[in-house]
Amino acid sequence: MTNKREAQDTVLRLSGITKRFGALTANDAISFELKRGEVIALLGENGAGKTTLMNILFGHYTADEGRVEVFGQPLPPGAPGAALAAGVGMVHQHFTLADNMSVLDNILLGTEPLWRLGMGRGAARRKVETLARDFGLVVDPDAKIGALSVGERQRVEILKALYRDARILILDEPTAVLTPQETDALFETLRKAVAQGLSIIFISHKLHEVMSISSRVLVLRHGRLVGEVKTDETDRHRLAELMVGAEIKAVAPSEATPGEVLLRLSGVSTPAQGNRPGLNSVDLDLRAGQITGLAGVSGNGQGALADLLSGLEAPTEGEMDVAGTRVRGWSPRTAVAHGIGRIPEDRHRTGTIAEFTLTENAVLEGYMKPPFSNRGWMDWSGAERHTAEIIDKYDVRCPGPDTRIRLLSGGNMQKLILGRVFEAGPSIILANQPVRGLDIGAVTYVQEQLIAARDAGAAVLLISEDLDEVLALSDVIRVMSEGRLSPEFARGSMTPAELGVWMAGQGFEDAA
Amino acid sequence: MRLEPVANPTLGRSIGFPAAALALTVVVASLLTLLAGANPFETLGLILAGAAGSKFALLETLNRATPLIFTGLAVAVAFRAKLWNIGAEAQFYAGALVAVLLGTGALGFLPWFVLVPVMAAGAMLAGALMLLGPVVLKVRLGVDEVVTTLLLNFIMLLFISMLLEGPLKDPMGMGWPKSEPLDRAARLPRIVDGLRLHWGFGIALISAGVIWVIQACTTLGYEIRAVGQNPQAARFAGIPVGWVLIKTALLSGGLAALAGWSEVAGLKGNLTLDISPGFGYTGIIVAMLALLHPGGVVVSAIFVAGIFVGADSMSRAAEVPTYIADILLATALLFMVLAILLTRFRVVRG
Repeated sequence: MTNKREAQDTVLRLSGITKRFGALTANDAISFELKRGEVIALLGENGAGKTTLMNILFGHYTADEGRVEVFGQPLPPGAPGAALAAGVGMVHQHFTLADNMSVLDNILLGTEPLWRLGMGRGAARRKVETLARDFGLVVDPDAKIGALSVGERQRVEILKALYRDARILILDEPTAVLTPQETDALFETLRKAVAQGLSIIFISHKLHEVMSISSRVLVLRHGRLVGEVKTDETDRHRLAELMVGAEIKAVAPSEATPGEVLLRLSGVSTPAQGNRPGLNSVDLDLRAGQITGLAGVSGNGQGALADLLSGLEAPTEGEMDVAGTRVRGWSPRTAVAHGIGRIPEDRHRTGTIAEFTLTENAVLEGYMKPPFSNRGWMDWSGAERHTAEIIDKYDVRCPGPDTRIRLLSGGNMQKLILGRVFEAGPSIILANQPVRGLDIGAVTYVQEQLIAARDAGAAVLLISEDLDEVLALSDVIRVMSEGRLSPEFARGSMTPAELGVWMAGQGFEDAA
Repeated sequence: MRLEPVANPTLGRSIGFPAAALALTVVVASLLTLLAGANPFETLGLILAGAAGSKFALLETLNRATPLIFTGLAVAVAFRAKLWNIGAEAQFYAGALVAVLLGTGALGFLPWFVLVPVMAAGAMLAGALMLLGPVVLKVRLGVDEVVTTLLLNFIMLLFISMLLEGPLKDPMGMGWPKSEPLDRAARLPRIVDGLRLHWGFGIALISAGVIWVIQACTTLGYEIRAVGQNPQAARFAGIPVGWVLIKTALLSGGLAALAGWSEVAGLKGNLTLDISPGFGYTGIIVAMLALLHPGGVVVSAIFVAGIFVGADSMSRAAEVPTYIADILLATALLFMVLAILLTRFRVVRG
């Protein structure tokens, strides 16, 4: 009886939270309650206002209107310490751990006054070990953070929050860096936490995860709370529609008709750069009319492969052939000249120049040739005609070709890049995280364009951290781990769990 | 307090803030003249009259503006590419040195219409080479060009000092450290007979036009802007970033050297150690006030020159020290930088 009433206790209440940034209303009168022992999912596209809302809850921003109550007590606005003290813990997408310190030190860091550091460690260690056992968070307290995998680091972050007696846990996109197996383990931990009376806010845009872990789903769109549904009364399709506000259709590529090999890497290695691994004796064939999907946990050499195909890096070992000829003097410009169309991972910093107009951005790769210039003289009218064509053909929503590109949304920016790349008629396309951060409408558009390019005979390499995307689009799949490439898997021959084993680094010839 | 970018600055914003900056500068200058015991209105009037009150004053201002247009353009071109050339002073002296080396008889057999362009080209080459070293070090090894170009200024000045005390010393110079005077054929003619304004001013205006055309109409200008705005995106797109920086450096160093050449060949006629009262450094102020625009450089160089010339003449009449010119310029620059920030960003509390 008492148990039942307790389970209905409200631990967190947000009422009428409004936050404006200039003309933009990031949060518009958002109210909801979180009960004890409940997982609610906060679902929304990029820019829907999820992060702003959590920053207000956590005291990083001050709301213009509305209030936050934790366990019935109002939180003073703009005080991150107060949220922590009230029992709210947050696990950020990007971890906040010191690499050169042990797990235990990282957990204790900031919980004790400086002059007491080093005292009471025995008690602290026992508490951490008890928590780890109770919640299934297996991690060695004495290991250095730098030596841990991404999944283990996330466990440390959760332990850190639990150690501070967090009763409400906020997880921001926690699965973005995990393999499917690690995701399952995380969910197991979260279920244990809930069983012990914790409450969780799970922020994500991955629908199947939201369906599997949450009991209620809140959907944000353009800063407004547009839907609040019980998870067992809805399905993925309906959630997606709520998120976008329109009917959506999933891409379904037809059967591919692969042709000749357009790009071949044989035993290619490149050096590591800082924390980023290089390539380790990679063999890769990209065939005409085929999408090769590259799956893998982020930071396992995808960046090195992308830099190689972009021309930013040359192989230090091994051979690289484009359309049957060995490449010489490899650079971004020769890569473009060899017919490689490149969609970069970071469209803001690498793909475009923010202060340049659409026209200036559209000719960034081809400005030195007619019709954009002639013997060193720019032909701006030719460049503008070309840009107008791209705007028209690729449905770039903008005031005009002389608008600065920083004023465009991510989706429209990406459409301009697509236009720049596809209009040059590439035979090989490198698409590195082409839909990251885009809203669903733009995602569908970009994916359809990639399939259309494949059907027109291009060899496409799709690099993505989103396994679902790789599975949906690829004709063949390769998995990358620590700079090594798995064998080629045909479409449908592998389950996500089987690919997850490869993503975790098992199955490779030289694996221990 | 935070700054939020303004998407599209209104006309009121883009004119109002710079105008307010100018007004504030005048207020500060007035307070300072009060402190010096003079009437601020009278003092400002004297500065204006001294800068533009007569044909003679106006031509003198343009004369003073000539080297500033060159060094301002040099800085503006380099800063566009985010190449921080603080060494326009050294490049100025390199140009002046070449003018003396070529113009004091070594090429005396050439007629003036060949000799003058040859000297200008030689000066540009010397200035370009002065900046080439620091830029190659930057591109190849990542050495900070602010440090190298700044330190080269002192090296160059001491080197010139050594030459003027030694091999280049004028035997007829009564012991003063100055070079021999230039031959008549090596001099730049005056625009108006009897007044000091020389054709260096015309060449400065032409240079500003050429730079304007390069920036707006050529692939090089496009490359320079791309490299300056986002070198990472420029490199990804295939723009040879290192080469673009080297080309920018050659252009910038050449322009600064033209200032030295024009001062020697157009105005002074010989080389002394005090031929530049910091034209290279003042070029930075000129370029910043002009928002790095070549047309703006001409306007701001004339404005800055006017303040210097006007303050000189005012100080003779009103017994206020000429340092007021430096303070005026420094406050004008600070307020203008602030004004530019405020046209593009809005201050938000919280």
